[in-house]
Amino acid sequence: MTCIIIDDEASARAIVAHLCSKVPGLEIIEQFTNAIDAIKFLNQKKVDIAFLDIHMPGFTGIDLVQTLKSPPMIVLTTSDTNFAIASYEYEAIVDYLVKPLTWERFEKTIVKIKKASLGQQSSIPIESEACIDTEELYINIDRRLTKLKFKDILFVEAKGDYIEVKTVGKTYTVHSTLKKVKDKLPENSFLQIHRSFVINFSKIIDIEDNSVLIEKNVIPISRSNRPELMRRLNLL
Amino acid sequence: MEYPNLNYINELSGDDSSFKVAFIDILKREFPDEISEYMNNIKNEHPREASLNVHKLKHKFNILGLEQGYELSVLYEEELRSGDISLHEKFVAILNQIELFLKTI
Repeated sequence: MTCIIIDDEASARAIVAHLCSKVPGLEIIEQFTNAIDAIKFLNQKKVDIAFLDIHMPGFTGIDLVQTLKSPPMIVLTTSDTNFAIASYEYEAIVDYLVKPLTWERFEKTIVKIKKASLGQQSSIPIESEACIDTEELYINIDRRLTKLKFKDILFVEAKGDYIEVKTVGKTYTVHSTLKKVKDKLPENSFLQIHRSFVINFSKIIDIEDNSVLIEKNVIPISRSNRPELMRRLNLL
Repeated sequence: MEYPNLNYINELSGDDSSFKVAFIDILKREFPDEISEYMNNIKNEHPREASLNVHKLKHKFNILGLEQGYELSVLYEEELRSGDISLHEKFVAILNQIELFLKTI
């Protein structure tokens, strides 16, 4: 697949380019500092994906999306969470990334791009992606498969080669990784807020500075995960 | 009081030290230009244009782990849109802090 990067900030372009370089088969064919030059290019050449900053002087990223008759798959990148709604308004927009970008979040974008390019999915923002067939998870404890309902899980903590699944009233220790369990949990209810913690979003009691409170547990929020958490909050 | 740090850049770079060096170099080159543009817009009483500069600069705050600085920038960007520059001094204090930090790395 081919992509272009459109952002007036050199540092922002460098971050996207670096993340793209980690994706096998994804080739950056051009980078632009403004939307006008990108439009000229896209009118002449076909690319699969455009990583597009919203805030640019003059012609904005949204202007670009509105201008192109047959745009490539668009991934919006911005420092501003207020524009998330825009990702619902245009069919070409596959995902919406809040700066500063992380590899973990970028990987999810790539999955969405691949799905969209296969025609299995298009223009579905990440919150609505997690369409789950089941409402529970089975964990292997002493050769016994124990059923846990998603709604009973408070959070999951990584502990070396193990994870601890904390539910109301009980903690299960399982030989697994946080990534594995995270992939099994519905994305619309669970969120990784720290290298070692995935939380059930609905169980948050309050958020203070760099931590969230779930029952009596204070769980740290890492700097890189904070923007995604803030984006998910229904802030007044 | 929070201080700039390289946590995000280290995490992003992983083992790729050449990317880390190149990225810091980009920051060092880009940051003074953005500050200069912001200062000119404040000096020439163009708060709306300055809000665009703040929008860009707040991304750097995030990159350098300045979460409180980022929150202040979000507020300041909004206030500048309505012509209010009262957070200018606090904002400049953070810019100065970053400028010093970039000289040390």
